[in-house]
Amino acid sequence: MRVALFLTCVNDTLYPDTGRAVVRLLTRLGVEVDFPPGQTCCGQAHYNTGYRHEAEPLALRYADVFREYDAIVTPSGSCGAMVRELYPRLGARARAEGRGDTLATRLAPVIPKTYELTEFLVDVLGATDVGAYYPHRVTYHPTCHGLRSLGLGDRPRRLLEAVRGLELVELPGADECCGFGGTFAVKNPDVSAAMGVDKVRNAESTGAEVLCAADNACLMHLGGTMARLRVGMRPVHIAEILASTEQEPPR
Amino acid sequence: MSGMFVGMPAFPKAAHEVVGNQTLRGNLRHATHTIRAKRAKAVDELSDWAELREAGRRIKDHTLRHLDRCLEQLEESVTAAGGTVHWAADADEANRIVVELVRDTGESEVVKVKSMATQEIGLNEALEAEGIRAYETDLAELIVQLGKDRPSHILVPAIHRNRGEIRDIFRSEMGRWGRPAPQGLSDSPAELAEASRLHLREKFLRAKVGISGANFMVAESGTLVVVESEGNGRMCLTLPETLISVVGIEKIVPTWRDLEVFLQTLPRSSTAERMNPYTSTWTGITDGDGPSVFHLVLLDNGRTDALADQVGRQALRCIRCSACLNVCPVYERAGGHAYGSVYPGPIGAILTPQLRGTQSEIDASLPYASSLCGACYEVCPVAIDIPEVLVHLRERVVQGGPVTRAGNKVVLKPAKGHAAERAAMRAAQWAFGHPGVLRTGQRLASRSRRFHPRTLPGPGRAWSASRDLPTVPAEPFRDWWQRGHGGEEAK
Ligand code: SF4
Repeated sequence: MRVALFLTCVNDTLYPDTGRAVVRLLTRLGVEVDFPPGQTCCGQAHYNTGYRHEAEPLALRYADVFREYDAIVTPSGSCGAMVRELYPRLGARARAEGRGDTLATRLAPVIPKTYELTEFLVDVLGATDVGAYYPHRVTYHPTCHGLRSLGLGDRPRRLLEAVRGLELVELPGADECCGFGGTFAVKNPDVSAAMGVDKVRNAESTGAEVLCAADNACLMHLGGTMARLRVGMRPVHIAEILASTEQEPPR
Repeated sequence: MSGMFVGMPAFPKAAHEVVGNQTLRGNLRHATHTIRAKRAKAVDELSDWAELREAGRRIKDHTLRHLDRCLEQLEESVTAAGGTVHWAADADEANRIVVELVRDTGESEVVKVKSMATQEIGLNEALEAEGIRAYETDLAELIVQLGKDRPSHILVPAIHRNRGEIRDIFRSEMGRWGRPAPQGLSDSPAELAEASRLHLREKFLRAKVGISGANFMVAESGTLVVVESEGNGRMCLTLPETLISVVGIEKIVPTWRDLEVFLQTLPRSSTAERMNPYTSTWTGITDGDGPSVFHLVLLDNGRTDALADQVGRQALRCIRCSACLNVCPVYERAGGHAYGSVYPGPIGAILTPQLRGTQSEIDASLPYASSLCGACYEVCPVAIDIPEVLVHLRERVVQGGPVTRAGNKVVLKPAKGHAAERAAMRAAQWAFGHPGVLRTGQRLASRSRRFHPRTLPGPGRAWSASRDLPTVPAEPFRDWWQRGHGGEEAK
């Protein structure tokens, strides 16, 4: 099986540790993973801000870069949802605008092959115990697009529960949005910040040391809020928890 | 829509005030979280909820596809049952029709059943301008009317008021509108309800004209349906001699059988009840039973324009249950008034810009009043994909394009104020189209990282006023990958 990592532009630029963790984790599980350098951005920010036409070339780039692979793994619920839920919509809209089937046809092959990381681990590899060790108290925030668009369900929980040393504590109001929402964070800064503060206070109330999620964009917003509020918690991507072992603790 | 919303500031500005008001935030949080939990429980009771939701979606879509025929059938059945049907293209026409109908009765006051359509057209104000007094009889609407306030929720328009405020409004205002509040009125719910009962009863018994909306209209029989909790609707629909109903054209269903679906999904979604206390149905007029004159005013007011839009038309499936408001994290923190319309919350954010257009500041800002978290879509009993429509309307705002306004196809220009954003989006698209450019940018950011501030000036403040910036790593992932190919020597 040829497996490609679609790291996403945010992770590539700001969170290379998450990328390294995915590589380490998949390698440990016997999966050889490739990082095609032609990859950039899935186009989600463009699409969701109203620039659908600007998102199209980015979607086509994604389709071209990843066409040859059997599976494409991404450590981002929202970018995974962009490909799986919204790429079909890009094609359908182009068709409705009288631009034919070209876009839909070119995007179609990569859509079902794209997996969010926890989906790939649980559904494709059939693994819930990935042999990780992480001796910390952790609470998990299911991000909206992972939860509602991709339907990740309890996959992340099952993976975390199997991690040795990890104490998983329930996050109150877990399924409420953290307030990031892409450009929403700056277009409606007051509401976005208020949502972030509520999420952080809920996380704080669990007494966890680590706030875990499967999307660094949300963690960037929550981490920035925690730092500002001087809350003594760390935001950590689930890949970094699952990658860590006794021999290779997280850095 | 009603003139009282003209000149509203954009959503973020209006929301700013509420976010800082801790009392109001507390009221809203408590109210929305309570009803949210109750709704979830009421819905979980039904093992066939998914099927009901799908059936509701299909009935509405089917009806909308054949709206012209359904409406003509309705007109025939209502007329055959002794009612008179009027067609109103917009708010002004609807108001004119109602004013004339009331004038013809010689009356100068009317009692009203809670109705979104009449609020949408600003009917109370139009009546008042002609010297006709309209009395709201729903408890929450009464509170809003007495307090010279604006509604902030579809179902619970006074959700932003607490008990103490309601008592004060009753004490100071009831006397001016009719029977004053009892001496020594407290803020206990029972006393407040009794005060409103006494105040309203004299109006019910006196009124010769009733005005309502409707939750549903059945085309095959010409029957109108009002679903309510308090029984005030039943009074207004049965006691007066003349009944005038103003109803949006999308409220129609083809057959009685179709009601079976919605009479299950609506109460569970809105008040979290298995069944609402009062469901009133009437078909034209009946000798010796209820009003002897019945007028139905069918309201378009932008609905046909919305129907012409392939993506946006799903908003017309809405049955106004307000479940999407109650789960919305943005509504919970911004409150209903910030939406600048009688339709607040997620449904308002997609309906208002379709009914009113996207030209004003507030209307152009509504499609952005969402983090696209999808909670609204998840609870909507007619499966309106609100995030999909929001993004579609964002596109309309920033890129313009073909729309239908007042029945005519027009091409909208992109809205003003998005030039910088558009340029940034195009620049990003270009960089993402050239991985080499992206990489140069990433490296520049990495090299200069020690000089990055913790907060940003200018527009960047929108992020950094409340959140620290992420620290830029020493190198982007792609550099690490290329150096070591993911190999351990790179560590
Ligand atoms: S959009 Fe759906 S959830 Fe919201 S009020 Fe309408 S029917 Fe209810």
